[in-house]
Amino acid sequence: MITIIHEHQTLSVNAKVKGGHLWLPAKDVEKNLGWTIKPEGLCREEKCIPYPNDSEDALLDSEWLNVSKFWTLMSKPMLHDEMKETWLLGAGHKDRSHKLASLEAPDFTLPDIDGNFHSLSDYRGKRVFLTTWSSW
Amino acid sequence: MPVWQTMYDEVGNDNFLVIAIAQESRGLATAREFIEEAKASYLCLIDETHQIADLYNMVNVPNAVWIDEHGKIVRPSETAGSHDAFRSMDRQDFSQTDEAIDLTTRAQTTYMNAVKDWAINGAAAENAYDKETAKRHMKLPSEPIALAHANFRLGAHLRQNGKELEGDKFLAAAIALHPDSWNMFRQAMNLRDIGELMGLAADQKFFDRVDALGKNRYYPAPDIRGFPKEAGYDPKT
Repeated sequence: MITIIHEHQTLSVNAKVKGGHLWLPAKDVEKNLGWTIKPEGLCREEKCIPYPNDSEDALLDSEWLNVSKFWTLMSKPMLHDEMKETWLLGAGHKDRSHKLASLEAPDFTLPDIDGNFHSLSDYRGKRVFLTTWSSW
Repeated sequence: MPVWQTMYDEVGNDNFLVIAIAQESRGLATAREFIEEAKASYLCLIDETHQIADLYNMVNVPNAVWIDEHGKIVRPSETAGSHDAFRSMDRQDFSQTDEAIDLTTRAQTTYMNAVKDWAINGAAAENAYDKETAKRHMKLPSEPIALAHANFRLGAHLRQNGKELEGDKFLAAAIALHPDSWNMFRQAMNLRDIGELMGLAADQKFFDRVDALGKNRYYPAPDIRGFPKEAGYDPKT
């Protein structure tokens, strides 16, 4: 099993490392990463990233997607440990900036002390003073 | 923090909520005692991966954002009333002079009064930004900052999964990529058990970083009338 850290989740996935790249079964890409494999490219919400050179072959190889190459193609941060057992697929600064510039508060879901999860969007209708603290 | 509870008690929760989020790689095990001790009636959440700092481009704690009833940012990330007066602290016992404590208290009171005014009066409050002003104050993350968050996240994960040395390399890369983030710097020190005995993650490297600020403020003063702007942090005076 390979560990993928993506968005705010840590996933144990049935992936493989080949040629130094991270490959995910094509059927799991949507479930794990939220991207849909379509003839015109990889798509998420309204946005599609076309295949390089208009060829699926560059990213897809018999039912596997080259995820690390795809992430690099999008110019988003992609890191892994020495053993290539743990891979981080990060968000790009443009994604973060675009969201913040719209003034729409980025949503999140986090646990309280009893393990109950709360999302910012649960509290629409109230003014929220969101503040951070730490033990350190 | 008690000031958040006091304000929340005064304003009431009909139209208002305080969400205090622990930026805490060690998770609930570490955050629990602080939350229980605070006896907070507001919402306390635990963020093990520092995703809030990542999403909102925050650099330290406490940093705060004001979000209106429609989910729009009214005041982007800024210090929640902290002041550079901390820089005059004694480096052995972390104590502060009366003057520094007074300055910090005035800064915090001014800020909390501004939050309270907004909690009650909404967009009509003196310090609620309109859209254009909010956009002007918004600091957007650069490419190195996004890469720093990725390195920090992987480093903390590896460290907590038995790969301490390898994790530290990614944490060091994160700190180098995003020197303004004391969140990353101090949490990384904390994970390496530096400064634990004093309850503050601070060692010589921390104070080197403080000294490197020179005449620059670490905390830009929030754009709030009456917020003290005096320096008061020169350790030699």
